[in-house]
Amino acid sequence: MSASAEPAHYLTGGWSLRGWLLTLDHKRIAWLYAISITGFFFLGGIAALLIRLELLTPAGDLLSSEAYNRLFSLHGIVMVWFFLIPSIPATLGNFLLPMMVGARDMAFPRLNLLSWYIYTLGGLFTMVAVIAGGVDTGWTFYTPYSTLFANSAVLAAATGVFVVGFSSILTGINFIVTTHTMRVPGQTWLRLPLFVWANYATALIMVLATPVLSITLLLIALERTLGIGIFDPALGGDPLLFQHLFWFYSHPAVYIMILPAMGVISEIIACFSRNPVFGYTGMVLSIMAIALFGFLVWGHHMFVSGQSLYAGILFSLFSFLVAVPSAIKTLNWTATMFRGRIVYTAPMIYALSFLGLFVIGGLTGVFLASLAVDVHLHDTYFVTAHFHYIMVGGAVTAYLGGLHFWWPKLTGRLYPALWSKVAALALFIGFNLTFYPQFLLGYGGMPRRYHEYPEAFELLHVMSTLGTGVLAIGYLMPLVYLAWSLRYGERAPANPWHAKGLEWLAPSPPPVDNFVTTPTVTEAPYAYR
Amino acid sequence: MPTDEPVPAEQFDDMAQQRRSIHLGMWAFLATELLLFGGLFAGFTVYRVQHGAVFAEAATHLDLTLGSINTALLLTSGLTLFAAEQAITDRHRGTGLLFLLATTLLGAVFLGIKGYEWYAEASHNLVPVLGWPFHYEGQSPAIAELFFNFYFIMTGLHAAHMLMGVIALGAMVFLVGRWRDAHKLDRQIRMVGLYWAFVDVVWIFVFTSLYLLRA
Amino acid sequence: MTEASAVNDPGIAFRTIPTAVSDYAGEVDKLYYALLGLSGLLIVILVALVVIFGWRYREDRSGERLPLLGKRTGHYVEIGFAVLLALLFLGIFAWGSQLYLALYGESRADMTINVVGKQWMWKIQHPDGTREINTLHVPAGETIRLRIISQDVIHSFSLPGLRLKRDAVPGQYTSAVFTPEKVGEYRLFCAEYCGTSHSRMRGKLVVLSSADYQAWLTRNGQGPGPVAAGRQLFESYGCSGCHQGKASVRAPGLDGVYGRTVPLADGRTVKADEAYLRDSIMLPQKHVVAGYAPIMPSFSGQIGEGEILQIVAYLKSLEPGEWQTDNSTGARP
Repeated sequence: MSASAEPAHYLTGGWSLRGWLLTLDHKRIAWLYAISITGFFFLGGIAALLIRLELLTPAGDLLSSEAYNRLFSLHGIVMVWFFLIPSIPATLGNFLLPMMVGARDMAFPRLNLLSWYIYTLGGLFTMVAVIAGGVDTGWTFYTPYSTLFANSAVLAAATGVFVVGFSSILTGINFIVTTHTMRVPGQTWLRLPLFVWANYATALIMVLATPVLSITLLLIALERTLGIGIFDPALGGDPLLFQHLFWFYSHPAVYIMILPAMGVISEIIACFSRNPVFGYTGMVLSIMAIALFGFLVWGHHMFVSGQSLYAGILFSLFSFLVAVPSAIKTLNWTATMFRGRIVYTAPMIYALSFLGLFVIGGLTGVFLASLAVDVHLHDTYFVTAHFHYIMVGGAVTAYLGGLHFWWPKLTGRLYPALWSKVAALALFIGFNLTFYPQFLLGYGGMPRRYHEYPEAFELLHVMSTLGTGVLAIGYLMPLVYLAWSLRYGERAPANPWHAKGLEWLAPSPPPVDNFVTTPTVTEAPYAYR
Repeated sequence: MPTDEPVPAEQFDDMAQQRRSIHLGMWAFLATELLLFGGLFAGFTVYRVQHGAVFAEAATHLDLTLGSINTALLLTSGLTLFAAEQAITDRHRGTGLLFLLATTLLGAVFLGIKGYEWYAEASHNLVPVLGWPFHYEGQSPAIAELFFNFYFIMTGLHAAHMLMGVIALGAMVFLVGRWRDAHKLDRQIRMVGLYWAFVDVVWIFVFTSLYLLRA
Repeated sequence: MTEASAVNDPGIAFRTIPTAVSDYAGEVDKLYYALLGLSGLLIVILVALVVIFGWRYREDRSGERLPLLGKRTGHYVEIGFAVLLALLFLGIFAWGSQLYLALYGESRADMTINVVGKQWMWKIQHPDGTREINTLHVPAGETIRLRIISQDVIHSFSLPGLRLKRDAVPGQYTSAVFTPEKVGEYRLFCAEYCGTSHSRMRGKLVVLSSADYQAWLTRNGQGPGPVAAGRQLFESYGCSGCHQGKASVRAPGLDGVYGRTVPLADGRTVKADEAYLRDSIMLPQKHVVAGYAPIMPSFSGQIGEGEILQIVAYLKSLEPGEWQTDNSTGARP
């Protein structure tokens, strides 16, 4: 296939290093992110694999305690900050947001490129910590262990994450401004696709929450380097203050991870049900409610910590309330299928998979919001299962679904349908095999972050580890056939799914300026009927 | 030589959109700075309530005179920067340059005085950093140390932001001196003005919390 | 890798719902079952809808598409669902909160057992001074308060059979109350990552009948009880020199101080509970008593948490006026 047969688009012309590393095109920046993110994902995945291998047997026979503790810390840091937080916004968001509002690029293309450099260099710097032996505080860096007791590369890890935080902030600023100021005529707020609303709300959280993480990490770094600490009980300091500051960011952070995923699902389900999203206004209100309420629940990570009982009760109440908008969204996604015309493509299978897994993850969150039950489940494998259902079963599934949905637009290629559906199913099955047993381990008492455990817990751990084999297939398959499609896949038309949305008006792949002529918007979103 | 009609950057349709975007972006950035200092102030407030008497006494060891002078300098610099902004908008290059230089100077003097205060505190052994001797003669040296930790972190973080501001002002001095693109200068001075104003406001809170709430 | 100490796990089987050792644990399980029921119901409804819609409205089905639900109907469905779910959630919230307050609230207890967590073991101290490591023996049928603290980093004292968990925090006491009922051996874990040997910081909860517990205490009690131990420490650390002596140093008398309302130098008053007594030893200038100079030195870093608990036990045992009154010390209310 000769390149001269196809019209010029953002991928033709400029395969030089300069054309990529100094690009200002949001679409190319999205690819830069995709490459870094995939690399970090597999790094975090290898750590997970080693963890599950160790946990095949009750004894700590594969790794030393030190090595194990550094591995689960690495897994958390890489997966939370170098994969989940940037994943959908920095790849799909970067590529699609300007197109969905009809613009030629983001409001601040140079800041966009800068954010990628900060992310990649910050991530690589954190690898310095790994090479220096690793960090063993967990991704949560609780004091006083992290400030006064840990003998590991806490400073390097905290610095790396601090640096990467700026990437989040810049992305957030770009998204907010682009959504506000760069919509084309006719593209009013209530005609925006839910993917845009979701990324906009995510950007608001990124901008407001990340700085609190920054100051918290800075305080840890200062205590470790200059000995200037505010969490030391010997000085009248309070270790719990760290937890409040840390979770004030880290709880909204999980909404940074899930809101874009919810945006993706809305787009996919509407398209493959051939229906408008049920309850568009309710969806928008739910997105904003989740972003707002997400800032009010951080103390639910501290129910057993010794914080005030009445604070605990308030945090529990808000945690129940924040579940309601998510439930409304789940209802609305399901109702979108009502009287639809459903097509079972790979993206649709990922989306339906998301529904099942997200609902389990979300409902188990309600278990954890219930104070007395949380006391029993806190710091057990129940919590681990809960957040993996949402983060992997939810966010990663949606990320893969989105990749599969927009792949023709991003690359101008189609991928083999059968393999993609098999991969989607392998993910769903492997995921459940790996993580469902962990709910049972949790109520049975199995604590988190345990290198070795009582023999009685072995069977469920073995089941969980075996599940990772199937799960890994679900991750590796797309890597293979999507890469294959870049060269050998059938060329995609502009709108292979007959989807609505401005991005589908552009050719596949789009030209550098996104559209041949600037679109105008005259109809409601999801005008499938 | 100033261009007459400014041309928007490629991604923007017109100058109005560009201006709106830059302003919104700057305010979003300032929101992040607010939350950054906010976390620190939240921590300080918790301890101030818990250890009120000790913190109030420890505050008497800070140099209120120098702190007040710094406050006056910084507030004045806000005025001079505003005047510089007006001058540039009115295309008075000389006046603008003068006020910019004044602002930069005031900022630099602020930093100098701050550095001197730290030096004085170090010579009185009130800097509990890197295991240096900390000799506090008042009640509860341990909790007073907590106060001083906050003092150095808060003034340090603020000073770092001031330094970045002074560098930005220096860059503006250079650009105004050159007077290449007046419309662009308008935008740039407005951004620097917003940032400087923010740094100013944060100082008011720092000054009040640390110096004024004393026994 | 070989590790120094062997771990002492109870020889019990894994159960997805661990044996409920107390009535409270049974109550928590009831709430758990309610949550399981509610979740199960919601999941079944969701799956049913997805399967039904997924089948009925599949693409290759023939015929005209029926119209969508009206906007008004749609709103009723959404709002109705949200309100119903919110009400169910509020019910669960209230239930969980009530149980939570029972566990952590200031309820009456028959005895207090002290727990000190340190890297990487649990040191437990019974009221009569008997000590044990990584095992907690308790009498069935009595209400026990655990007073928990850490000597270094944050740990978490976890007893799954009781559905009980409480963080051990350095610098502050935390507590939890329970009434064990079922005799037997159960699991004890550290549930907050605390460093290298976090996963070895585990052991046993042993519930004995009241009589067996007394017998165990008699067999294992070593040394003086905490009150006597505390008196020895009070003297060896020099506390009696200022607080009990006829010295030139004026220090408040401590006989009967526990439970008293103490007027402070800054005008506030404070109740002299265990936390107050601990702070007075570790951060003496935190609560300076009215009429006294702030000259007491801090013992932070010198006295271990276990010893503090013993000194506190000694002070609690003192009656007002027990010490001679001719030393002109003592702030009486």
